[in-house]
Amino acid sequence: MMTRDWRGWRQWLLASWLILAGIGVAQAVDPVELPDPQLQQRYWDLSHELRCMQCQNQSIADSPVGLAGDLRREVRELLLAGKTDQEIRDHLVARYGDFILFRPQFSSRNAWLWLAPLVLFLIGLVVAVRVIRGRAKLMADGIDEDTPDRAPADPGDRR
Amino acid sequence: MNRFILPIGAFALLVVVLAIGIQRAPSKSVIPSALLNKPAPEFVLPELGSPDLTFDSKSLAGRWWLLNVWGTWCAECRAEHDMLLAVRASGVAPIIGLNWKDDDAAALEWLAQLGNPYERIAADREGRVAINWGVYGAPETFLVNPAGLVVYKHVGPLTDEVWRREFVSRLPPAAAPAVMPAGTPLASPAS
Repeated sequence: MMTRDWRGWRQWLLASWLILAGIGVAQAVDPVELPDPQLQQRYWDLSHELRCMQCQNQSIADSPVGLAGDLRREVRELLLAGKTDQEIRDHLVARYGDFILFRPQFSSRNAWLWLAPLVLFLIGLVVAVRVIRGRAKLMADGIDEDTPDRAPADPGDRR
Repeated sequence: MNRFILPIGAFALLVVVLAIGIQRAPSKSVIPSALLNKPAPEFVLPELGSPDLTFDSKSLAGRWWLLNVWGTWCAECRAEHDMLLAVRASGVAPIIGLNWKDDDAAALEWLAQLGNPYERIAADREGRVAINWGVYGAPETFLVNPAGLVVYKHVGPLTDEVWRREFVSRLPPAAAPAVMPAGTPLASPAS
């Protein structure tokens, strides 16, 4: 009994060590620490939402490419200079365009893209209201909507 | 019949919009420059091979000029080198080299072997100027007008076809003097 428990334990231990080792590798791309934990957190968040322009589907935090390292340095320096997150984003967008952001921002150029769902929803709403009103009117007029081909019933037949 | 007009019209509109989207979709590897029609970022950098000299981009104010981002680690830069030499020989506009995160000795050896197409070469050893220019891969070639605005950026090796289609067409005809031998310093274009 005891030995079996111990074996289970060992497996758990091994699994956790492997997972921890994986985290170590993932962080090794960017081992830099900023002095202030709050800055470090903002640095972490920002560098994960900025695209590595060379590799395109990785963030600059995940990419080992030289340019990603330079951009991380840029972000660090701006953070240490007291810039806000938005100022840092704007700084990089001015140089690399919206494409550097994984989460695109609202701008005059992409406004139609952001507003399209709302516009489509409103169109759908108008259509739905008109259809429902039309049906209600038909019902009120005493026409059975399932048999629209039949001539209107004789008024005398109405119960 | 009337009730079909709206859905069919909407569908046709969608087809047109998507068709335009597919047609105009640029190749994903080329991202247009955010600097187009904006002032070219100014920079002062040490000059390659001359530790005592600095290159100041303000010295080019009032001229058409090209900024070519290159490095000896960049294979495609070698592919465009002959084209750069031809541009220099044509004397249309001076090419300023931005030697990006490179080893000075390797860069000088490269120029000694292949020839020097550049009027001046700025050594961006830390890659800071490249970031200000929104560079994401070498080679890249920018065209800057006399007002200091970035007029065009080409990503990838410069070819004769790209040169004619994208650069010559944007340069004023007056800025294309007679063929000049490579190596002679270029004079400012007379206006």
